[in-house]
Amino acid sequence: MTDIRADAFDSMRERERVRVEEEERRLAAERRKIARDGPKLKGEKLAARLDLAWRRPPGIIGWLATVDHKEIGRRYILTALGFLALGGVLALLMRLQLSKPDNAMIGAERYNQLFTMHGSTMMFLFAVPVMEGVAVYIIPLMLGTRSTAFPRLNAFSYFMYLFGGLMLWGAFVLNVAPDVGWFAYTPLAGPEFTPGKRADVWAQMITFTEVSALAAAVVLVCTILKARAPGMTLSRMPLFAWAMLVQAVMIIFAMPAVALCSSMLISDRTIGTNFYNAAEHGDALLWQHLFWFFGHPEVYIIFIPATGFVSMITETFCRRPVFAHAVVVLALMSTGILAFGLWVHHMFATGLPRVGYSFYTAASISVSVPTGLQIFCWLATMWDGRPRFQVPMLYVVGFIVTFVIGGLTGVMVAAVPLDLQLHDTYFVVAHFHYVLIGGAVFPLLGVLTYWYPKITGRMMSETLGKIGFWMVFLGFQLAFFPMHWSGLLGMPRRVYTYPAGLGLEVPNMLSTVGAFVVAAAVGLFVINGIWSLYRGVIATPNPWGAASLEWATSSPPPVYNFAHIPVVESETPLWDVDGELPVVTGLRVDEKEMLLTTVVAATPDTREPVPQATLWPFISACAIGIVFIASIFSPWAIAVGVIPSFIALTAWFWPKELKRTAEPVIT
Amino acid sequence: MSLRWSAKAAVLPLLLGACQVQHYQSDFGGAAVEDRQFLALFWIFIAVCAFMYALVIIFLLGGIIRMRRLDANVVETGRHHESHPLMRTTLIGWTVLIGVGLFALAVASFVTDRSMAKAAANERLSVTITGNQWWWDIKYNAADASKTLQTANELHLPVGVPTRILLDSNDVIHSFWVPSLAGKQDLIPGRENDITIVPRKTGIFRGQCAEFCGVQHAHMSLVVVVEPYADFIKWWDHQLQPAPQPTTPLTLAGYKYVTSGPCSACHNIGGTSANGQIGPDLTHLATRKSLAAGTIPMGEGNLYGWVEDAQSIKPGVNMPTVGLEPDQLHAVVAYLETLK
Amino acid sequence: MSSRFRASVLILAAGALTLTSCDREEHHSRAKPIGETVPAGASPPTIFPGNSTPPPLDARAALYDNNANAIGKGQQLFLQMNCVGCHSHGGGGMGPPLMDDEWRYGGRIDQIATTIAVGRPNGMPAWRDKLTDDQIWDLAAYVRSLSGLPSKDAASSRTEGMSAGTPQTLTPHGETYNSDAAQQ
Repeated sequence: MTDIRADAFDSMRERERVRVEEEERRLAAERRKIARDGPKLKGEKLAARLDLAWRRPPGIIGWLATVDHKEIGRRYILTALGFLALGGVLALLMRLQLSKPDNAMIGAERYNQLFTMHGSTMMFLFAVPVMEGVAVYIIPLMLGTRSTAFPRLNAFSYFMYLFGGLMLWGAFVLNVAPDVGWFAYTPLAGPEFTPGKRADVWAQMITFTEVSALAAAVVLVCTILKARAPGMTLSRMPLFAWAMLVQAVMIIFAMPAVALCSSMLISDRTIGTNFYNAAEHGDALLWQHLFWFFGHPEVYIIFIPATGFVSMITETFCRRPVFAHAVVVLALMSTGILAFGLWVHHMFATGLPRVGYSFYTAASISVSVPTGLQIFCWLATMWDGRPRFQVPMLYVVGFIVTFVIGGLTGVMVAAVPLDLQLHDTYFVVAHFHYVLIGGAVFPLLGVLTYWYPKITGRMMSETLGKIGFWMVFLGFQLAFFPMHWSGLLGMPRRVYTYPAGLGLEVPNMLSTVGAFVVAAAVGLFVINGIWSLYRGVIATPNPWGAASLEWATSSPPPVYNFAHIPVVESETPLWDVDGELPVVTGLRVDEKEMLLTTVVAATPDTREPVPQATLWPFISACAIGIVFIASIFSPWAIAVGVIPSFIALTAWFWPKELKRTAEPVIT
Repeated sequence: MSLRWSAKAAVLPLLLGACQVQHYQSDFGGAAVEDRQFLALFWIFIAVCAFMYALVIIFLLGGIIRMRRLDANVVETGRHHESHPLMRTTLIGWTVLIGVGLFALAVASFVTDRSMAKAAANERLSVTITGNQWWWDIKYNAADASKTLQTANELHLPVGVPTRILLDSNDVIHSFWVPSLAGKQDLIPGRENDITIVPRKTGIFRGQCAEFCGVQHAHMSLVVVVEPYADFIKWWDHQLQPAPQPTTPLTLAGYKYVTSGPCSACHNIGGTSANGQIGPDLTHLATRKSLAAGTIPMGEGNLYGWVEDAQSIKPGVNMPTVGLEPDQLHAVVAYLETLK
Repeated sequence: MSSRFRASVLILAAGALTLTSCDREEHHSRAKPIGETVPAGASPPTIFPGNSTPPPLDARAALYDNNANAIGKGQQLFLQMNCVGCHSHGGGGMGPPLMDDEWRYGGRIDQIATTIAVGRPNGMPAWRDKLTDDQIWDLAAYVRSLSGLPSKDAASSRTEGMSAGTPQTLTPHGETYNSDAAQQ
């Protein structure tokens, strides 16, 4: 009798053998399906496979569902430029009203709405989003990666921004526009003195744009810290990426303050809380502290990316890297940190203790030191290099000439005795337009010209660009320099008219003329942008001969950015390499995948799957947007609206595979 | 650079224009200690800032002029990682220069601030100004309660006397600002602020609310009369008198209407039964130089216009358009003109 | 969808929509011209006994009833004219409460306006010679809002100031920190 156990053992072994063979066959089939870029798959075939994996579905659904950072970045930029145009039209209307004393063209109420909409549009709907948009487009290209981190959050942030802007401008059209100023001081913005829903609309617009900016900031910080090309250590990272890193961290710390104070304002106005009511032990100044704790870093949030623009343009057009790279980085970081310690300089007239004010004077004056160092570094780059004054470089020169004036008038208003005369006058209006237009809009126009070939594949017209530059530069000086004068002559801000006989007629008329010149120049820039889309010179991958990685791919880039992930060995990769850039290979081409590297040294760390195009960010933005808008009218909207928002967010975050399957190891 | 040319071209006519401008609402008025100290500090800052700006422009021009040289440290020559040997030293020098300059400015600011505080000590006159939308409620404080004076929209100050003005608000945040005399200070509900002014020049000056306070913020102005001490006391004593009695039938009819009609619901006229506390005090209205908080000059025509239809002159103001019949209007204005 | 297209759609929509306007937010700073208002003191009868058909609502009701600015102005007048002296902040005292749904002389806005203008027995003064029609209707709009009658989004949630005590910011804490200390 044979051993029953021996028989059983044999059949077990047989079953085991069959099982292993089947497993091997299955794995071999799997292995044949997974394809990676590398020596075996490159060139045309690789491009086709990558395009297949990375492109989004066509049509309106795909348009709403895209997670491609380039598409989202383009949308951000175009929407922000649209709001720039709308805010600019408001400014022209304001200037027309102020061109003559005792003018009756626009009444007091409408004028108050105009300047509130102008300020809110420019600060919340143009300045920060356009910087985010340029960054969202360029940063992954500049860092040599295929996508941002959290692409769906990126898409969500755009839709929140769009809905906030549409809500504010929809309100304007429906005669519910806010009329309390872009800063909405309480108690004027409180329930008694601004009845109705105007200030609530303003406060909720803040919520939309703040959520959007926070989301974009998170995306940028994670992309910059984790998704750089191998070898791009922090010290080799381009200065624009540094600027965006500092700016994004600032957003994360500053935005919650304004979200908090605006929510408290809505709560005061709709459900009768007393945060800003002194009679019930609240404080009208609480608003100012919280708002300016956000408001001062906000202007640096707008300015710091512009310094990044200037650094990139200066490097390319002076044909050398920016002088003292480390100093510029440290200057960016110190500006970002110091900016949080200055906010009381907006409150010098409120009667806080005088000795405390001296601290804020010293802090406000000292924040100009890092910026002064950056200016030196750019000028030293020009001195040491060989500057070519094409349009982007012209804007850099315009920036230096204009911004430094604004910075110096800023030093002036940082001094308490001077500020007590100049605060809330047209002198301050002149100051902040010099630093915001000179310091942010000029670099923006320059960088849009600089990166236009990369984004669209064509060059902008150099002639139109040069004419536009001189128009906007000279028009700006004409519009805003006289405002220093009218402020010194006693013209306060936010007035819909002024009396004759104070000497204000000439400066105001000059400003009005200048404003129209600026408007014409911006119009010319837009015409240039549109004309060049169809008739511009076709752009090569690197038409300016620049050094950073975004110029290592075609213009415009393919949807997957780079066929192979480049490896970086210096601060100026394209200038320091002979022939082809070294690359790493091995990323999957059948699925969307990006390479994550370590934070400081940028050694390859892990391969991260990138989400497919999905509608859930758009749907979530709609659901949350409806909750925000409805909650202006009734607190019940929050209770009810949580449900669809919860459903949409759950669907968004639902994991793609519920069972972890191990990826076979290739030996 | 083109900016310098356009600046030169623009400043001269503006300055010439300014010389003809009366500086009664201007930082260049210099009519009080505070404004003079502001001007001194202002010119110091302008000088230092202009010097720094000139350095930046010179450096910039240098970079532009040198653009064509062949020995640059650029990628084409392969020397893009090198820089001029003196550049690092210049960077350090630049930093030191900025640091020293800004430190000096901060010290100048602090010194000016302290000296303004010192000059403002030992006040001898106390005034309380309460801001309302869109007018100024002014009360002169005195140790003797019978001498406290309540008036509105026009402030008289004795020259050379440090005056401490306590600032409060009945509604929203306003800001008291008379540029020819001093810097501004906010009137915040629930907080008591103050500002001390030492006027040095007699004259009539104009101030304006400098914190956005609602629909008629642009028309919330203040007339400030600085006069010799004796004239000031005479003015104060006169303002303490009750309103004169009406003598003619027309003014009597006006008096009857004012004291029994809607005017008395809001306005106070001393010595009559019109005791409203909501609007400006009208006891000596006709002695003031302006109406509607500095919006329109005092005069018969403007009185007619304001009483008949305040909303067309200052839309949104709290004074309603009453809708007087013509003979009522004549009577009321005739009476108001007797309130000297 | 380029931003140009979006912008032109927006402009067209704006053009069409400016023809509408949100009535809640309208701000009329003047009453209607004299000829069109009812002369003061001669308001039409608004109290009607039994089952008789109520007269039509005064044309001015639409301008004031759900108007946030009117209710806001009325709120200020309520305090300034010392209505709180008898009616407190709606809870009543010497005068009847205004927050409930019992209206002795009618709760329509024109009925309330008449009550304010002509006064009522047992202590309600006549305000028609002291307040303009515009002010009376503002007050009527506010009084209606005290019982939640107009839509909630037109009424404001509270006034500035309610407490009888000193605000925290003005209460001395030993060493005061208002600015005069720093002037020394």
